[in-house]
Amino acid sequence: MCGIVGLFLKDKSLEPQLGALLSEMLVTMTDRGPDSAGIAIYGGGTKGHAKVTIQSANPDADFKGLDAELGKKIGAKVSSTVKSTHAVLDVPTEKVAEARAALAELRPNVRVMGAGEAIEIYKEVGLPVEVVKRFDVTKMSGSHGIGHTRMATESAVTTLGAHPFSTGPDQCLVHNGSLSNHNNLRRELIRDGMRFETENDTEVAAAYLSSKIAHGQNLGEALESSLNDLDGFFTFVVGTKNGFGVVRDPISCKPAVMAETDQYVAFGSEYRALANLPGIEDAKVWEPEPSTVYFWEH
Amino acid sequence: MHSTNLATAPLHQANYAPKTFDLSKITLREFNQALHNVKDAAGESNWEVLNPKGSHAVAVGAEHAISIDVQGSVGYYCGGMNQNSTITVHGSAGPGVGENMMSGTIVVKGDASQYAGATGRGGLLVIEGNASSRCGISMKGINIVVRGNIGHMSAFMAQSGNLVVLGDAGDALGDSIYEARLFVRGSVKSLGADCIKKEMRPEHIAILKDLLDRAGITDVKPEEFSRYGSARTLYNFNIDNADAY
Repeated sequence: MCGIVGLFLKDKSLEPQLGALLSEMLVTMTDRGPDSAGIAIYGGGTKGHAKVTIQSANPDADFKGLDAELGKKIGAKVSSTVKSTHAVLDVPTEKVAEARAALAELRPNVRVMGAGEAIEIYKEVGLPVEVVKRFDVTKMSGSHGIGHTRMATESAVTTLGAHPFSTGPDQCLVHNGSLSNHNNLRRELIRDGMRFETENDTEVAAAYLSSKIAHGQNLGEALESSLNDLDGFFTFVVGTKNGFGVVRDPISCKPAVMAETDQYVAFGSEYRALANLPGIEDAKVWEPEPSTVYFWEH
Repeated sequence: MHSTNLATAPLHQANYAPKTFDLSKITLREFNQALHNVKDAAGESNWEVLNPKGSHAVAVGAEHAISIDVQGSVGYYCGGMNQNSTITVHGSAGPGVGENMMSGTIVVKGDASQYAGATGRGGLLVIEGNASSRCGISMKGINIVVRGNIGHMSAFMAQSGNLVVLGDAGDALGDSIYEARLFVRGSVKSLGADCIKKEMRPEHIAILKDLLDRAGITDVKPEEFSRYGSARTLYNFNIDNADAY
């Protein structure tokens, strides 16, 4: 199974509620996958500044003094906000690659969850209600976000195996399903210069899209390509800095429901996830078609 | 969309207020247990279910001729295994609505998700919106009427019963079909293995007319439909057909 939710706001007045709305949607999907949960929220970015979300199993030791040490190493001002096992580092956008390399040296046990001008990613083993509470997600504001609750099939139940997966700047992906050609595709992507943190099939899908985007495709084109190159079951919801996309494999046995109003576009594995959204009674509610790319952009 | 009401007409006209079950106040299990506790539908008022909010397994396993109005959208398997009761969903239904229903009527006012009416053995399932993939998969005697379109792989391995579609059908309609009859008014994107178009004879027009009447559909004529069914070439294994499996 696995449960996916997504919310793309058109109405700015809802932005302060994004974290709360998305959290409720995700918690509703708990019984589709109790292994781990994660959420990516886009918002609050400052031009020229990037947010690097990092994670550590030993946050007290790893995060202490890290901003100063990292700042010194890359020669720029770095600040950090710690939330439980995660921290968000504020670094100049042009220094992100340098900061990631420096992080690997300074704190080899720290993992980068994602980076970009708008994205923050929080994910952990445990129920959605615990994960949402741990990272105070309900208080977060933003323009769009996606969430996932996992029933593991293709790789171990670990923090890194949780979704969303982020493999490019401000890009992330959540997945319900399982891919059957991920090992081969991973080898091809490694040859193409992509790096992998896990044995997980979804990370391959995320890296595939990032690779296509890096080669000049826009997200819509990359999603179209995925229909030819990925083999298996998938309903994907993807986020970019300004956009939100959905695609399902040709068989489409993994469920999906969408709703659109003047205020938002919402995605849920089931209607239950959407049932408490404002104005849902009058929303256009539909099931996304197989092999069809849906994409919204701010 | 044209609205129908025939199948929602209560089987037992009651003179008093409906029995109401508000799923924001009681658990789904309490409601379904109340349904299973009914020993005799005579004298039962209409039942009404409020705030389903996409709940799974709403009104599964009804045995008696109660009329149940569900006010809102439901999740998986609504009305599964239904016998005799008339269930109307005033919203959309998730996967497997009316799965393995035996008799009675289920009406979905909105859309239905995948495998609506799967393995159904009898009764009438009316979907007033669209049904998605695998509608009527492995149907075994159920009658399904869809006012809108149906998705891919519908009536896969359908064994008996009738699937009536006023709109269009998706890819691979009737793949590996046995003896069910498929009536489609619109286009068929593609036919599955061993499914062919067949002639409409007077007896088929009569079946269709009866089903449209029972579904409360008065604005289309049986003559507007095409019939599809089994070519019966896959019934017994023949090495020359190996490519078709």
